Amino acid sequence: MAATATTIDVSHLSKSFGPVEAVSDLSFVVEPGSVTGFLGPNGAGKTTTLRMLLGLVTPSSGSASFGGVGYRDLPSPLTTVGTALEASSFHPGRTARRHLGIYATAAAIDRSRIDAVLEQVGIAQYADRRVGGYSLGMRQRLGLAFALLGDPRVLVLDEPINGLDPEGIRWIRGFLRELANEGRTVLVSSHLLSEVQQSVDRAIIISRGRLVFDGTLGDLEFTARVAVDAPDRRALHAALLAAGARVDVTDDGLIVKELDAAAVGAIAHRAGVALSLLAAQQEGLESAFLELTSEAPPPRAGAHSGGAHAAPAAAPPVTPTAGGAS
Amino acid sequence: MSVVSATRAEFAKVVTVRLWWILALVMFAYVGLLAGVLAGVFGGLDLGGGSAGPQLDLGQVHLVVYSTASAIGYVFPVLLGALSATSEFRHQTLTPTFLANPRRAQVLVAKAVAMAVVGAFYGLVALVASVGTGAVVLSAVGRDARLDDPDTWVLAARVLLAMALWAVIGVALGTLVPNQVAVLVIVLAFTQFVEPILRSVSPIWEWTAQVGQFLPGAASDALVGWSVFTTLGSASADAVALEWWQGGLVLFAIALVAGVIGYFAVWKRDVT
Repeated sequence: MAATATTIDVSHLSKSFGPVEAVSDLSFVVEPGSVTGFLGPNGAGKTTTLRMLLGLVTPSSGSASFGGVGYRDLPSPLTTVGTALEASSFHPGRTARRHLGIYATAAAIDRSRIDAVLEQVGIAQYADRRVGGYSLGMRQRLGLAFALLGDPRVLVLDEPINGLDPEGIRWIRGFLRELANEGRTVLVSSHLLSEVQQSVDRAIIISRGRLVFDGTLGDLEFTARVAVDAPDRRALHAALLAAGARVDVTDDGLIVKELDAAAVGAIAHRAGVALSLLAAQQEGLESAFLELTSEAPPPRAGAHSGGAHAAPAAAPPVTPTAGGAS
Repeated sequence: MSVVSATRAEFAKVVTVRLWWILALVMFAYVGLLAGVLAGVFGGLDLGGGSAGPQLDLGQVHLVVYSTASAIGYVFPVLLGALSATSEFRHQTLTPTFLANPRRAQVLVAKAVAMAVVGAFYGLVALVASVGTGAVVLSAVGRDARLDDPDTWVLAARVLLAMALWAVIGVALGTLVPNQVAVLVIVLAFTQFVEPILRSVSPIWEWTAQVGQFLPGAASDALVGWSVFTTLGSASADAVALEWWQGGLVLFAIALVAGVIGYFAVWKRDVT
């Protein structure tokens, strides 16, 4: 089945800013008809990845495309892919309507779309005010209006929920769902899982520029922990390690990661260890998310001790040392 | 997403914020004032007093007065052109610009073309100021404004061309030096101090005079054909050896070189 221009295809994508590797060997696919969350802590490389996807940043290696076609080679980019990056790309002295008018002109999009998208995101009554006077929430909506201008089949939204009030957050959740139900491909980045967990079907999680999770939120819950204990704790520990589980020892027992309670129980049963405690820790997705993103990926922990060099404004990966050169 | 729509979008960027008419207004007042003062001073000179004053063909006073449109006013299209580029960096509007049209070379060419049109419009405004006040003052001091002189209209046409080229030079400079404050300082310092000083000392030796005529302001004056700088002071007529079209080519070459370097060094960089 041939890929279409509505599928986002990221393949072995890497980007270095000087000595700092912002994104390393990242691969994932985003299919139409669902909302996909692109998650990771601040500085994980989300924005750099999206900017490479959109042809704004040139990858060091690898590729990012829409069904095999790079953004710069799309015959009509704005009507294929709608983008809202961080909410600051406006001239403060220009009105919202004129801001959209410029890019509608550049992309040869019918001017009737300007009123349509202003209406759609709910800022039509402010359309003739200068953007300099806009609140962050209004700028976010104007950013979305820009994304929708070409009525694209693919939407790439970077932190669209940031700065919205509760009413705005509820609105955008419904809005994202609606866009996906129309069969569009929706990729939404966020540094907070809780912000998007009600609206995304799938999550792609990166940490320090690397993929750490790609699957449904249901799958993500299985990566949560299970608390387990036995009168013979040493035998249980040995059995779990023998089964290849990842185990932390605490004062109150053992914490097993990346296995569900049933699997842990089965391991204990096979080893003939009687359990005194077996409880899936229902701290929810957020803790699983933190678990995934707080750890350094094993192969290259501490690899960037060289420090942050006059790094470009694009978020460099979190490095333990910040006292580098000017 | 063609050169035409890109140029229309770049043109819309200029006219949808207030800077263009504020700068045009300041230029109008400044050029008008200086043209009026020059017309009053030189128009009032006695024809017989030539030996005491600078070497001046008083038959051409009207042309010198009218040429202030570009000789004085040229800094304004440079500023507008430079700011049109630097504001894209400052306000991060390069992001939506390159999203709407990822062909960056096309965007830069479109910006240069749009600014050339705006620069020519600035030329028109400056001519209205210099010819308007100049002709009135010349008439008031009893001199013919010479609006019927074909040279007046040749000069006017070349002022439009010069101002268009200056706006393009501004775009190229703003691309090369994307920092708004830095480019403002560079443009003002160079046009108001560095170049006037260089032009006043360059005729001292033969070889410096040869080099000096390639200074952008000198080339612009050569293109227009008359200027208060070349008619007055130490700058003898010999220093302006460039033909009018050569002056235009020098300006174009400056814009081209700065623009090409800016394109490869800055414009094509990652937009973060």
